[in-house]
Amino acid sequence: MSDLIEVRRVQTQVETIYHEFGPEGPVPLIRGAVAAVLKNPYAGRYEPDITPMMEELNSVGLDMAHRLLAAMEVDADQIESYGKGSIVGGAGELEHGALWHVPGGYAMRELLGWKGDRDSYKQGGGGNGPKGLEMGRALSIVPSTKKVGAPGTKLDVPLTHVTASYVRGHFDAIEVYVPGAPKSDELVFVLAMTTGARIHQRVGGLRPDQISKFDGLR
Amino acid sequence: MTAKIRKLVVMADETRVEMGQAVTPPTRRAVAMAVIENPFAGKYEQNLDVLTAIGEELGGLLGEKCVQALGIQPGQAQSYGKAAIVGEAGELEHAAAILHPKLGAPLRKAVEKGAALVPSAKKMGGIGAAIDVPLGHKDAAFVRSHFDAIEARVSDAPRANEIVVAVAVTDSGRPLPRVGGLQVSEIKGEDGLR
Repeated sequence: MSDLIEVRRVQTQVETIYHEFGPEGPVPLIRGAVAAVLKNPYAGRYEPDITPMMEELNSVGLDMAHRLLAAMEVDADQIESYGKGSIVGGAGELEHGALWHVPGGYAMRELLGWKGDRDSYKQGGGGNGPKGLEMGRALSIVPSTKKVGAPGTKLDVPLTHVTASYVRGHFDAIEVYVPGAPKSDELVFVLAMTTGARIHQRVGGLRPDQISKFDGLR
Repeated sequence: MTAKIRKLVVMADETRVEMGQAVTPPTRRAVAMAVIENPFAGKYEQNLDVLTAIGEELGGLLGEKCVQALGIQPGQAQSYGKAAIVGEAGELEHAAAILHPKLGAPLRKAVEKGAALVPSAKKMGGIGAAIDVPLGHKDAAFVRSHFDAIEARVSDAPRANEIVVAVAVTDSGRPLPRVGGLQVSEIKGEDGLR
């Protein structure tokens, strides 16, 4: 906790999916999300410089990523897709939700074995130059969505493969909401991870075993 | 396994601050949901024993999932509740058959004791329907600080031929209880009420 960070609530959700009316596989698909409800220190006014909060969110993000893995009861190596998102209460502005891009993405990618450093990610997602292009697993941009909403607003958090964004079987989304949050002066930040592709994925496209470029895309 | 489970969803929430006041220790609640096939979808069935057996199975499974999500010992559980949402090809009575005759005993085993009635709610609902699962203290229903409810919802269920069954367990009451009534310290725990 600090002047800028006050976490009011943390919620985890974990789904274990056995089938969706098709053949049941050898292992179920596990999808999880963690949401933290924070006070929005910039609510109710226009604040030109909101970046100080972004720095302080790094530890919040890491804690959330660890909590999510623990709730899913899997190892980092088993995570195959991820996503993130934010919901801004009514006294805030959409831009406050954008504070989550760097700390949220960094937290998950670091946990999942990204070998670049945070600074290179901050400057452009690890796509420019050698940094961030080492053979870590979590090379893909973490897909995201954001909105301004009332308490209980539902957010569809996009999910894509952690190493190559174009892996078609892993394109998915998970619905996340926190009953009662965000209040008008709050922010909800979300991280999501899964252990695999859609449960009965069968529309072709790039498969994980075909990943060859290690550029985060293919 | 009697129940044909398509999906399990477990949610846990932890409240650290409420209205600017620190909640120490944080209040923690979990709700576990199973999406199951309704064996009696689309027809009137007089004998609902199959659903009652499913309820017995799920009382233990979902109760244990909640305790696990909270990371507590069974004896640390403080309140509980149960609910079901029946998809449109089913009947409200199907929820009753799951929830009332036999779900309670294995749930009480999962949370150790539980002299009090397990408060419940049921409804018919479409895909993504939410239900507020009532919560009451597991040993004494009159403990006022523990009257609460937690929302249960599965975004893609129940399909018409499915039922969502939810069990909720907490390790605490409301975050900042201050409306009096029977206190936890005053529980006798004999009749399930006080």
